[in-house]
Amino acid sequence: MVEDIFLQEIINITLLSLRVSGTAVLIGALIGIPIGAYLGFRQFKGKKTMMRFVDVMLKSIINTFMGLPPVAVGLVVYLLLTSSGPLGWLGLLYTPTAMVITQLIMVVPIIIGVTMSAVGSVERSIMEKALSLGATKNQAAFLVLREARVGVLTAIIVAFGAAISEVGGIMISGGNIRWFTRTLTTAIVVETELGNFNMALTLGAILLSIAFVINLALTILQIKGARR
Amino acid sequence: MKAVEVRGLSKEYSGRLVLRDVTFDVHEGEFFVLLGPNGSGKTTLLRILDLLEEPTAGKVFFEGEEVDYSKERATLRRKIGMVFQQTVLFDMSVFDNVAYPLKIRGDLAKAEIERKVARVLEDVELRGFERKNALSLSGGEAQRVALAQALVAEPKLLLLDEPTANLDPKNVSIVEGILSRLNREKKTTVIMTTHNMFQAERLAHRVALLNEGEIRAIGSFRDVFGYQSRLI
Amino acid sequence: MWRRSKILSVALLFTIAIVSSIAYEHYAVSGRPVVFLATTTSTYDSGLLDYLLPKFESEHGIKVHIISVGTGQAIEAAMRGDVDLILVHSREQELEFVNSTYGIHRVGVMYNEFIIIGPAEDPANIRGLTNATEAFRRIAEGGSKGVTSFISRADKSGTHMVELIIWESLGISPSSRDQKWYLEASAGMGAVLRMANDKRAYTITDKATWLSFKSQLTNLRVLVQGDPLLLNPYSVILVNPEKYPQRNFNGAVALVKWMISDEGQNLIGNFTKFGETLFTPIARNYEKAHELGFPDQEEEIAWYDAH
Repeated sequence: MVEDIFLQEIINITLLSLRVSGTAVLIGALIGIPIGAYLGFRQFKGKKTMMRFVDVMLKSIINTFMGLPPVAVGLVVYLLLTSSGPLGWLGLLYTPTAMVITQLIMVVPIIIGVTMSAVGSVERSIMEKALSLGATKNQAAFLVLREARVGVLTAIIVAFGAAISEVGGIMISGGNIRWFTRTLTTAIVVETELGNFNMALTLGAILLSIAFVINLALTILQIKGARR
Repeated sequence: MKAVEVRGLSKEYSGRLVLRDVTFDVHEGEFFVLLGPNGSGKTTLLRILDLLEEPTAGKVFFEGEEVDYSKERATLRRKIGMVFQQTVLFDMSVFDNVAYPLKIRGDLAKAEIERKVARVLEDVELRGFERKNALSLSGGEAQRVALAQALVAEPKLLLLDEPTANLDPKNVSIVEGILSRLNREKKTTVIMTTHNMFQAERLAHRVALLNEGEIRAIGSFRDVFGYQSRLI
Repeated sequence: MWRRSKILSVALLFTIAIVSSIAYEHYAVSGRPVVFLATTTSTYDSGLLDYLLPKFESEHGIKVHIISVGTGQAIEAAMRGDVDLILVHSREQELEFVNSTYGIHRVGVMYNEFIIIGPAEDPANIRGLTNATEAFRRIAEGGSKGVTSFISRADKSGTHMVELIIWESLGISPSSRDQKWYLEASAGMGAVLRMANDKRAYTITDKATWLSFKSQLTNLRVLVQGDPLLLNPYSVILVNPEKYPQRNFNGAVALVKWMISDEGQNLIGNFTKFGETLFTPIARNYEKAHELGFPDQEEEIAWYDAH
């Protein structure tokens, strides 16, 4: 019976981690891919005059945000969602939704940044070729996005990897409540602090397996992308 | 009837004149070759005719109508096919590459598309390559796919920028065969650039000699060069 | 090939999201009223709440969500109205919280003990002392001679506060900047214990965490215990419903009533870890409560009983 509850908790924690990070990345992709593609196209035009001050600033800002410290994001989300904060009336603090929001803020810049460079690195001749074959601007743009698909998928996978292994942010916004907002990473922190190294290692192994599957997918994609 | 009329065309890139006051006509059904050394402005001229670049000065008429370079040009481009010197193919199957110009029109049934693609792949001798990824092909095969893309929508005008420059002799003769057959049987107007005099002589009804952005001579090969090579 | 892999990966993501969502809701408690309790990491880590609260939850049909953070953060969360009540052990910060009128009805629930631990060879020679202040004096003395070192939590936790009170009574305000023997770890108790073990240093810890880690801390021994100064009283404080009407005040009151009931107090007293009891209940032991800094214990208990 004890064994049973131990197992149940591990399942609960793993499912929550997947759910929170999966949701964050899904929403993040819906927001980040169009923005990343748009910014990629701005660079894509290729002419040096287009790489104006605004573009340089934008790119630097995105690159900075790609490396946002999760703890800082968690704190900002906490201050937004706290009862006396601007979004306190939503009652979202210390819920899985708060963790989704935290990770969303983290992954959107990653998805934008990687999508942007993937789209930006597609040969300009691809766009011209499509136009030459009679494509409208939108059709040509879609084709470029399609040519960058390995990069876009990479963006999603990298974002998921970052989200699922993140700990500081969701600790603050989710509160690390047992059976409710405790994820693989925050559970590892607690179990280590408690001296339950067995549990911590089990959870670590699960996290490692998930990371392995993610990297496997990434590698397969890259091999597929390179096989030309 | 004139297919293309070029009037006083100039193109300037950051202060440098690449084309200066170029004027010529191409007749319907004509095989017209632009002959000139590298850097003579041949590619720029073709890119302007394919509406990829705007001229700095001058006008272009297509089938008697002036081309408006400020408008969305997709409709006009669909009547023109172009093969670039550097082969550019999309990361998809040969079939999808060739079907792309038809699919983006959005008004053709699937069966119709399949029929047209099959026929043009027959023409470029690439039947059986449909499922292969286009990026896995050899140089010659890839250039023939690019040709098929330009031909599949049955353009009125075909623009070819050194289409055989990077090909081995076998592929050169396949491509030349396709081009002259196409011009003969379908009466497609062709404008091709090359720096190969022998190729110009083999294919052209008329040639124009381009150097440093200016047309130096225009007429039949014999008119321009005053001799006929003994190779033919 | 592209289309298939695209559809597959999108479908996979959606499946992960939906399946884990449904499965999670199946496990997670939903629909029941929830009380948010902020407490300190060391309290939570003792395992007391995981032993105690399921009994309350099943009796009252109320789910308790525990936020386990540092003392400062717990009180901050309560001030902001993010939780319904707090269970903490840091007298000065508690009183500040009550004086600000954000916290009401502070009662003592129980106490546990801090112990001073150090390397088995005990270079400061404090083994067996029952006076924590004297022990600290000898550690500092050894430190200035370079034979001892001390690791501080340095994280404003309740444990850290007790440590500072003792140093202060000696007129010492140690810092890593000026004293090489004093290491400010800014870490949790478990991490500090492991550091002390590696560095053969002294530190002050709560008994619960010590017991959890003891088997891994082969270089360390319990050297000093039993000083009243080392008693660590825990109180519960409700968040003022006038400040935050949206909070579950009634749920919080129900939880406190249960904790200070005979049933709750007995359960606390019977909680053991590695065969040792850790907490001594004081809710209705008024004399002890007064001694440990709860002058209004009778009135507050009466308020809860009447509610």
